[in-house]
Amino acid sequence: MKIVVPVKRVVDYNIKPRVKADGSGVETTGVKMSMNPFDEIAVEEAVRLKEKGVASEVVVVSIGVQQAQDTLRTAMAMGADRAILVLSEESPEPLAVAKVLKAINEKEQPGLFILGKQAIDDDMNATGQMLAGLLGWGQGTFAGKVEVADGRVKVSREIDGGTEDVSLALPAVVTADLRLNEPRYASLPNIMKARKKPTETLKAEDLGVDMTRRLTVVSVAEPQQRQAGVKVGSVGELVEKLRNEAKVI
Amino acid sequence: MTALVLLDHEEGRIRKSALSAVTAASQLGDVHVLVAGDVAVARAAAAIPGVAKVLHAADAQYAHELAEPLAALIVSLAGGYDQIVAAASAVGKNVLPRAAALLDVQPIPEVVSIVDAETFVRPIYAGNALATVRSSDAKKVLTVRGSAFDAAPAEGGSAPIETVVPATNPNVSEFVAVHLSDSERPELESARVVVSGGRGLQSEEKFHVLEPLADKLGAAIGASRAAVDSGFVPNEFQVGQTGKIVAPELYLAFGISGAIQHLAGMKDSRVIVAVNKDPEAPIFQVADYGIVGDLFEIVPALTEALN
Ligand SMILES: Cc1cc2nc3c(=O)[nH]c(=O)nc-3n(C[C@H](O)[C@H](O)[C@H](O)COP(=O)(O)OP(=O)(O)OC[C@H]3O[C@@H](n4cnc5c(N)ncnc54)[C@H](O)[C@@H]3O)c2cc1C
Ligand SMILES: Cc1cc2nc3c(=O)[nH]c(=O)nc-3n(C[C@H](O)[C@H](O)[C@H](O)COP(=O)(O)OP(=O)(O)OC[C@H]3O[C@@H](n4cnc5c(N)ncnc54)[C@H](O)[C@@H]3O)c2cc1C
Repeated sequence: MKIVVPVKRVVDYNIKPRVKADGSGVETTGVKMSMNPFDEIAVEEAVRLKEKGVASEVVVVSIGVQQAQDTLRTAMAMGADRAILVLSEESPEPLAVAKVLKAINEKEQPGLFILGKQAIDDDMNATGQMLAGLLGWGQGTFAGKVEVADGRVKVSREIDGGTEDVSLALPAVVTADLRLNEPRYASLPNIMKARKKPTETLKAEDLGVDMTRRLTVVSVAEPQQRQAGVKVGSVGELVEKLRNEAKVI
Repeated sequence: MTALVLLDHEEGRIRKSALSAVTAASQLGDVHVLVAGDVAVARAAAAIPGVAKVLHAADAQYAHELAEPLAALIVSLAGGYDQIVAAASAVGKNVLPRAAALLDVQPIPEVVSIVDAETFVRPIYAGNALATVRSSDAKKVLTVRGSAFDAAPAEGGSAPIETVVPATNPNVSEFVAVHLSDSERPELESARVVVSGGRGLQSEEKFHVLEPLADKLGAAIGASRAAVDSGFVPNEFQVGQTGKIVAPELYLAFGISGAIQHLAGMKDSRVIVAVNKDPEAPIFQVADYGIVGDLFEIVPALTEALN
């Protein structure tokens, strides 16, 4: 079984995002970019399934600008076998990404797509669900545990009140939550090896996908900042303030 | 204009965030709600003031709110609606994007404010920026952040209940089991007070130090990702960008440093209290009241002082 893992290049999670002065978006030029942390987890899961003999090949895909090549290389250094870069504008919308991935499905015919549950830039939490919808496949979102057996995948999902287990017919779509695994660091020899792994470059137009945005950004603004309050010296003083000043207890 | 709100529920109770979705939808026009599962929930939905009609999906395939059959059902009903709305809960986030894709619509997740019928505000980058977006889709599909809209009242209405014709089940998914943590405490997302612990709590055993305080305050218990990853508490306690978004009247953070991903989940609380032994911890930058000190001394003292 082949596994396809879509990976997105985003502003590194350690960087505090800054809104551009003209309110058109968040500053991404000159900012450190990395693989979306949830996608590292997705890659790790796919590579582990390959190491267990469940999967035969792991293919990573990124849709975006040329620099997404770096993200694909990181994924190959973690153990993915090859990569596909689909060139488009930066950060296309989930609907467009899902359509591109559907076209990739026709080409690659994987048994499983594993995505991140959300990208930490636009926080949409949508692409995996949309891909599953377009393909008519089952979706195991917010996965904390994944087991493949007998032509099905059992997914333990993190839900609001606890966890839920679902069983899906293969092929299926899984989206990775934080606790699915702890991604490995790529070793230096593996980083070297990854340079020799093949990347195929396509254009979104060539796949016949209309990438037109449905959402236009009217403006991007800083949220209202909270002011730091006061430090109190004792528990007694805290209780007094909560009672008489904040009136919350 | 009429909106269809997917009203999700747990253990027979309508989620508070789903009631917030009703409030949001009523800003757009008339509101119909869709209830998948138990008839008792459909009856409770009929009592929400402002709901004009309840669509009840009684068929067994909808019992567990699985995304595949439910999205197919929403698509079969969508023709009559201008907006499809749900809470940004685990169910809403699972089902609505799938339905949106089938309708060829780009969904608008986690809406915190409605500007007009085309224009919505949503947080991006862990709430470090607020994007105002305008949708060109004819039909809008949105999930709504519960903490940003008041919950609709539970009593006072008397909407008619209509049983809907099931849609074709894609038959690709099966429900196996659900494991809910049984807690006497209020639901994290709707509690008036939240007592939260981080890595500073050190262990599962020591985390219990927060319980008498939470009991005293009638509070829900929350946690940072570090506390969940370390196994002190289960995943459903996590507050933050990728956990639950809360905005209680009072949020008390013990042994939590205040990483942006954590702040994303709690910085809209009305009053924030932070206890941390590190005076430089970033959590103090958002706290209304802070105490620098050892939480293992301060928590019992605070519990005692509330007697
Ligand atoms: C420079 C810039 C300009 C932008 N301009 C606009 C604009 O004009 N209007 C607007 O509405 N938004 C704009 N955005 C935001 C952009 O549309 C969002 O990033 C987009 O909606 C994707 O959401 P998401 O990545 O949060 O999806 P999610 O659904 O959260 O992503 C989930 C998963 O899907 C996969 N995935 C998602 N995207 C890709 C990808 N490209 N390649 C491979 N895998 C992927 C990954 O596995 C990921 O973990 C812009 C962003 C940037 C950086
Ligand atoms: C993709 C991604 C998503 C994430 N999502 C989330 C999320 O949803 N929610 C979330 O919380 N995090 C999230 N994180 C993790 C986040 O970046 C931080 O790592 C995490 O919040 C740290 O938790 P903490 O504050 O408990 O631990 P630490 O940062 O280790 O802080 C512990 C604090 O406890 C204090 N302390 C220790 N002992 C005592 C004592 N005896 N008395 C008083 N104070 C004490 C220390 O001074 C320190 O400030 C995410 C990270 C990533 C990459």
